[in-house]
Amino acid sequence: MTDTNETRPQMPLGLAQRGYSGIIQHLSAKDAGSALSDIELESRLIELGFVEGARVEVLHEGLVGRDPIAVRVDNITIAVRRREAMAIIVA
Amino acid sequence: MEAPLLHLALVGTPNSGKTSLFNALTGSRQKVANYPGVTVERKEGFFVTPLGRQVSVVDLPGTYSLRGRSPDEEITRDFVLGKASGESVPDLVLCVADSTNLRLTIRLLLELKRTGRPMVLVLNMFDIAARRGINVDAERLAKELGVPVVTSIAVRKGGTADLLTLTDDISAGLAAEPQENSWRALGVGELRATQREADRIIADCVSLPSRPDTWTARIDAVVLHPVAGLLVLALILFVMFQAVFAWAQPLMQLLNSGFDALGEFVHASLPAGLLQSFLQNGVISGVGSVIVFLPQIIIIFLFILLLEDFGYMARAAFLMDRIMGGAGLHGRAFIPLLSSFACAIPGIMATRVIDNKRDRLTTILIAPLMTCSARIPVYTLIISAFIPARDVWGFINLQGLVMFGLYAAGIVSALLVSFLIKFFMLRDYAPAPFMLELPDYKMPRPKSIAIGVYTRAKMFLHRAGTTIFSMMVLIWFLASFPQPPAGATEPAIEFSLAAIIGKAIAPLLAPVGFNWQIAVALIPGMAAREVAVAALGTVYAIEGGKEAAEQIGQVLATKWSLATALSMLAWYIFAPQCASTLAVIRRETGSWTWMAVTFTYMLVLAYAASLVTYNVAVALGAG
Repeated sequence: MTDTNETRPQMPLGLAQRGYSGIIQHLSAKDAGSALSDIELESRLIELGFVEGARVEVLHEGLVGRDPIAVRVDNITIAVRRREAMAIIVA
Repeated sequence: MEAPLLHLALVGTPNSGKTSLFNALTGSRQKVANYPGVTVERKEGFFVTPLGRQVSVVDLPGTYSLRGRSPDEEITRDFVLGKASGESVPDLVLCVADSTNLRLTIRLLLELKRTGRPMVLVLNMFDIAARRGINVDAERLAKELGVPVVTSIAVRKGGTADLLTLTDDISAGLAAEPQENSWRALGVGELRATQREADRIIADCVSLPSRPDTWTARIDAVVLHPVAGLLVLALILFVMFQAVFAWAQPLMQLLNSGFDALGEFVHASLPAGLLQSFLQNGVISGVGSVIVFLPQIIIIFLFILLLEDFGYMARAAFLMDRIMGGAGLHGRAFIPLLSSFACAIPGIMATRVIDNKRDRLTTILIAPLMTCSARIPVYTLIISAFIPARDVWGFINLQGLVMFGLYAAGIVSALLVSFLIKFFMLRDYAPAPFMLELPDYKMPRPKSIAIGVYTRAKMFLHRAGTTIFSMMVLIWFLASFPQPPAGATEPAIEFSLAAIIGKAIAPLLAPVGFNWQIAVALIPGMAAREVAVAALGTVYAIEGGKEAAEQIGQVLATKWSLATALSMLAWYIFAPQCASTLAVIRRETGSWTWMAVTFTYMLVLAYAASLVTYNVAVALGAG
C-alpha cells in the first residue's frame, strides 16, 4: 500500500468519492474556503484526529450534493462537509 | 475530625461515556443547576468512598481541547484551572476515556496535564474494548503518561470499584504537593506535536484488532444510506409520535380517574363553600389536569435519551445537514430542534453546540415552533373532543394522524421561518462548518436512561407544583370573585373578574373564533402553555358546576364549534405562550430585542394561522 501512495497524486479529501481510502499528507486550511479562519480550521481538524500520516476512508455521503461525508480516521468516524475536507490533502 | 468534602471533576471528549460514569458514581444523588452568569448546565453529584470519604463530583461539558471555543468549553477550561467564579479548584480531575477510542482523549489528557492538577485517567467501557479485541496495557499507559490509570465499566454493578479505591488512595496523599500550572492555549504546531505524542503512546500501549467494529459498519450501511437513512429517520419520528399519543393513553386515564376520585372525595367531605371550590376546582382539577400529561413527557424523553445513548443523534445530524442547510440551518441544529419536541428550554440551551453565532440565533428563533410537550395537553384535549377515534386505511389512528399533522405543521413553518431569516436578514455569509464525531453504536444503558428520565420528570412535576399551581390559584381567584349578588340566576362566573377581563379581550379574538372563556384561559397560559387546559377546566367547572369539571373534553365538544377547535389547534402551533422559553431566549441571546422579536413574530403567525383556519372552516360549514 505504501508504494502506491508514493505514486498516487495528491488531492483534497473534499473531492474524494465514497470508498476512497488514503493517507493524510498535509493540511492546507487556506485552500478550503471555510467560514473559519485558517488557524481555527486547522486546529479543529487536528483535534478530530486529522493529522499527517493518519489513514482516512470515505464511508458515506449525504443525499444532497453527496455532502457531508463520513470519514473513518484511524479508528473513529467523523462527519465533515466537503468544503472543510478540502483542507485535508490526501494521497 | 472529619475530612473535608473531596472535589472531583469529570473531563472528557464528547461520547466518552462521561455521563454514564457520573450516573454510576452518584446514582440519583444529583443536583442540576446553572453556572453563575452563564446558562451552561452544572451537574454535581455526591457519593461516599469505601473508606467513608464524602465526595462531590462535577460532570463538566465534553470538550476536545482546553481552547474554549464555546461557552460550554470555556466552563470546562476555567473549572479545571480553578478560575470559574464561585467554584473551588478540583482536588482531583478524572479524565474519562472511551477505551475503544483513545486517540483524542490521550491528546486532551496531555494538554490537561500541563494544568498541574492531580489527575487520573479512567478507561471507561473497558468491557466493550475487550470484547472487540482491543488490548490496552493500562500499567504501561500509566508509566508513559505519568498519571494513574484505572479501568471502569460504568454500566455494570461494581464496575467502578477500582476507581473508588483509587480515589481513597489518592485523596490520602493529596494536599501535600501543589503543582505549577504551565498551561496556555496551544498553537497549531503544539497541537500537532501533542497529537503525535499521543499517537506514539497509543502505538506503544494499545493493540488494535485487525478488523473494526462490524456492527457499527453494518448499521451505518443502512442508517447513513442517502435514501434508506432518511426513510429510517422518518419512521423513527413517526413511531415516536404515535407512541406519545397511543402508549400513554391507559396511564393517563388512570391518573385522570385518580384525580377525579380525589376531587369527589374533597367534594363529599367538605361543606359547600369557598374552600371546597378552591380545593376541587382550583387545586385538584387545575394541577391534576397538567400532571395527567406526565406519561407523555416520560415517553418523549425516553425516546430522545435512548436515541442519544445509542449514538443515533449524530447520525440524524449527518443526514439532515444539507437538507436543513437548504433552509439556512446547520446540521448540528437538528439535535437542539429535536430536543425542542420535548421542551424548547433544553432545546434552546442545547444550541450551544453550534459555535457560529448566526446559525445559533436562527436555531434559537425557530426552536419554539417545534411542538413541545407542553402543547400535547392542549392538542390531546381538543383532538379527543373533536376528532373521531377511527382508523384510516385500516391501521392508522385518525387522532394520531392529526397529531402527526400538527407536528409536521410546526416543522414546516420552522423551516420556512428559517429560510426567510436566511433570505432577508443574514444574506451573505459562508455557511459554518459541520464537524461531528459519529460514535460507535452502543447498547443504551438502562440505569443511565432511567436517571435521565427521572430527572426530567422531576423537573416537570416541580413546575406543576410551583408555576402551574400558582397560576391555577390566580385563575380560580379571578373566576370566583367577586361573588354573584344574592338571587342571581346566571352562573357565578358571569360576575367574576375573569369574565370582565375575558370579555374585554374577546373582541380582539372574535375574528379567529375564540370566545371569552378562551380569552381568559389564554392569559395564565402565558406562563406555560399547558396551563390553558387547566384554566379552561377551571373556567368551565366554575361556570357549569361539578359535572363540567369531570369531562372537560365533552364540555368543549358542546360549547365550541369545530371551526373554533381547529382555530385553537392552529393557534397553538405558533403561540408564543411560555414565559420560561422567552426568559431562556433572553438569557441565551443576551438581548431583550431577540426575545421581543420571537414573541412578536410567533404571535403574528398564531393570529394569522387561526384567522385563516377559522374562516376556511366556517366557509366549509364547520362553523
